[in-house]
Amino acid sequence: MTTPSNESGPSQQAVDMANLAEVEDAKLRQQTGTSYSQGQLVLRRFRNHKAAMASAVFLLLIFLVAFSSIGFAGIPGWWDKSYTAAGAVLDGGNPTLSVVPQWLGGEGLRWGEHPFGQDTTGKDYFALVMRGTQQSLIIALVVGVVSTVIGSVVGSIAGYFRGWIDSLLMRLTDLVIVIPLLVLAAVLGQMSSGLGAGILPLALVLGLVTWTSLARLVRGEVLSLREKEFVAASVAMGAKPGRVILRHLLPNTVGVIVVNATFAIAAAILLETSLSFLGFGVKPPDSSLGLLISQYQNAFTTRPWLFWWPGMIILGIALSVNFIGDGLRDAFDPRQGSRGKKKSSVAAVLGLRGREKALDRAATESPAGPGGLDVQSGGSGRLGSDDTPEGPLKRRRRDRNEEEDER
Amino acid sequence: MLKFILRRFGSSFLVLLGASLLLYVLTINSGDPLKDLRESNADNREYLMDQRVAFMGLDEPWYVRYWEWLTGVGQCVIGQCDLGTNRSGQQVIDLLGLAASSTLRLVVLATVIAMVFGILIGILTAIRQYSGLDYAVTFLTFLFFSLPVFWAAVLLKEYLAIGFNDWLVNPDPGFSWPTIVVVGLVLGLALQAVLAGNARRRLFTFLGAFAFTCAVLPYMDWLNFARYPQLGPVVITLVGVSAAVGATVLGAGLKNRRVLYAGLVTAGLGLVAYYATYNLLWDPNWLIILILAVVAIGVAVLVGRLMGGYSKGAATVVTLFTAVIMGGLIIVEHLFRAWPSYLDAVGRPIATIGSQTPNFTGTFWEDFLDKGTQLLLPTILLALISLASYSRYTRASMLEVSQQDYIRTARAKGLNERQVILKHAFRNSLIPITTIMAFDFASLIGGAVITEQVFGWQGMGNLFRVGLEQVDPAPVMAFFLVTGTAAVLFNLLADILYAVLDPRIRV
Repeated sequence: MTTPSNESGPSQQAVDMANLAEVEDAKLRQQTGTSYSQGQLVLRRFRNHKAAMASAVFLLLIFLVAFSSIGFAGIPGWWDKSYTAAGAVLDGGNPTLSVVPQWLGGEGLRWGEHPFGQDTTGKDYFALVMRGTQQSLIIALVVGVVSTVIGSVVGSIAGYFRGWIDSLLMRLTDLVIVIPLLVLAAVLGQMSSGLGAGILPLALVLGLVTWTSLARLVRGEVLSLREKEFVAASVAMGAKPGRVILRHLLPNTVGVIVVNATFAIAAAILLETSLSFLGFGVKPPDSSLGLLISQYQNAFTTRPWLFWWPGMIILGIALSVNFIGDGLRDAFDPRQGSRGKKKSSVAAVLGLRGREKALDRAATESPAGPGGLDVQSGGSGRLGSDDTPEGPLKRRRRDRNEEEDER
Repeated sequence: MLKFILRRFGSSFLVLLGASLLLYVLTINSGDPLKDLRESNADNREYLMDQRVAFMGLDEPWYVRYWEWLTGVGQCVIGQCDLGTNRSGQQVIDLLGLAASSTLRLVVLATVIAMVFGILIGILTAIRQYSGLDYAVTFLTFLFFSLPVFWAAVLLKEYLAIGFNDWLVNPDPGFSWPTIVVVGLVLGLALQAVLAGNARRRLFTFLGAFAFTCAVLPYMDWLNFARYPQLGPVVITLVGVSAAVGATVLGAGLKNRRVLYAGLVTAGLGLVAYYATYNLLWDPNWLIILILAVVAIGVAVLVGRLMGGYSKGAATVVTLFTAVIMGGLIIVEHLFRAWPSYLDAVGRPIATIGSQTPNFTGTFWEDFLDKGTQLLLPTILLALISLASYSRYTRASMLEVSQQDYIRTARAKGLNERQVILKHAFRNSLIPITTIMAFDFASLIGGAVITEQVFGWQGMGNLFRVGLEQVDPAPVMAFFLVTGTAAVLFNLLADILYAVLDPRIRV
């Protein structure tokens, strides 16, 4: 037995999506006189997403500053102080950074000796924070790669072969899911910190625990894609499973994979800081943003900068990664095409246009909108069922259907 | 259906078993359980080591230790749980009992608050899609998703708790005028965004809210509300009546007089109950509160049934809502009455550490206040975080439902917006929301680890953290047993709920 919504739901939706995308493409072709590839269209949509573009620029800047300032892996950077060397505490360790210009009564733009101040032992806090930022960015990169690879391999194999392989792989996924994310990460983090090999083992470990939601999503996509004609055609021409998966199935799920990877990255960055805060992640003398907050949480009243800088940087990185994920989702989802028109005027954004108008629009235009399917819990860095946006709603239905089918 | 549930249960059980084995092996290999003793200089070092080896069974291979733990857990079926001992020989089951009660108090309260407000905000943002409110809430949800919990906790402690306590100790200037103006502006802007409408209506909403704030805050100051708060029968009546009217507006429409009168009668009965139970509630216990609550619900249902006429159902909902509000107001009034004496006993009410003030004894209400003020900060934190995701779920689900044909049909046949949104859209959007929430609840227990650490609660998260630090598998596994079982059970519950709520997929 299948649900009525499933009989018509996804396929109808897919048709709508395709139509909308075609209409949009046709409009664009008319306006510019050239045609665009799918990749170009996605890139165009992403560039039009202001918050995502701003976040991308911000992230790039942070990346450049973090790695060029204190150097990395033995290569020296332009900042002359080390994050390990203690020194004399100048001026109570107050930050020397000033950004208020003189005509506003400030001290003008000044970088100074210790822009972020010094900690209690006189270590330069800018160097410490930059070291922590490096760790967070390394985590982001490694987790992005590891969890994407594991998740898409497990998901596509389970979805393509079905049967006992699928059951086995999915029970394995459940096995990881049923242990709370933070617990599993803490136990593995504790193990990896015993190795004493820096951040890489921890990053690998975090990749090993955050792939589950991607595996489930990719499996769902592959399950529906493998019934399509082009897959049948390629199988008929003698393509082996490996080729079908790599050349035909995975490229068609790239949207889901990329978007989910971004949210997994944001979750992993927050997870690392949480682990370091709890004492199961990065350990002193190395530095991490979570560790810095944990060390100086009681210094809030006396030396607030020791607390503000790492927190703001974690927040900034996680927020911009989340925004980039949002932008990517909009870009890969053609239903978002009409979004640009929707936020037309300031008055509209302020809501000064009456409900009826909005209702009209909702009835006539494509309704999902930027928030249509954008629930996310995986990007939250919290534990639990990290399904992405449409994940929980759709997956449940899908699972249910399969359960029924199996009977 | 039964076959489906049983099959699901069986596979979940196997998954749980596998996960427990995985976690056990990982935990005992995560470090050296004797590390602190190896580094110690105590004279009886050898003896201590031997003792710990005996408590933890370190001289046996891992599979024997796991098997012992598993058989201990298996005895729970016959009512003799044995979750092993921690490294100092304490029974973990006793520790778990204490820890679980404080964690559950925290998590349940936070979840309920987050659900109620998350759903409300979700509906509002879905109705006002692409408005300023929608964009603001979307931005805030992104912010909460990206917020490091431990960092936000320290900010809350600093500004909310310490700031409020300082102000309470020395409230002399009271609310300063800039504060009042800012509060008024924020409240006015928020209210006009929620109520929306045309520019004129928005302006009046804004001005009304602003004027209300400017009048009420100085008046409360004059009453010295922060130290000697009170509601009094007038405020209770006003709030109760507006609850009845508001519930009628949403539930049945003001034209339905029977429902309105049923709500108003309930509010009146609530006021009578306020005077009737005043002495009874002077220093009650939980049993009395429970009995009174049952009586209140019974009376409310009776009033709704008797007075509702042809719309019994709607009337009962309205009377129940009014009764709950009135009951809450009565409890708040008694809490307010106990507030000054509690303040004298404790001094700085909003606590930042621990789950109760040590050595504190007082009347029932003072005890209630003590537990409540200790719960305040962690609850706000946990609730804010889950609120963000719940409002997103609700919004997405509402938007998905409101594209359906039956919504168009409902509008086409001339129903008003209230009926379309609450009866047709919201009810159907509740189906996925309910299942997701059941699913999420289990993970929240796990999510309290950091919150407990920051606020110094001796809960399950603490049990887990200390256990892992000491490479002591028994407490870690006890924590997993609770969260894992909860995850499996709530998953099952979600599946069953889905079938119950959505007749289309019943087998």
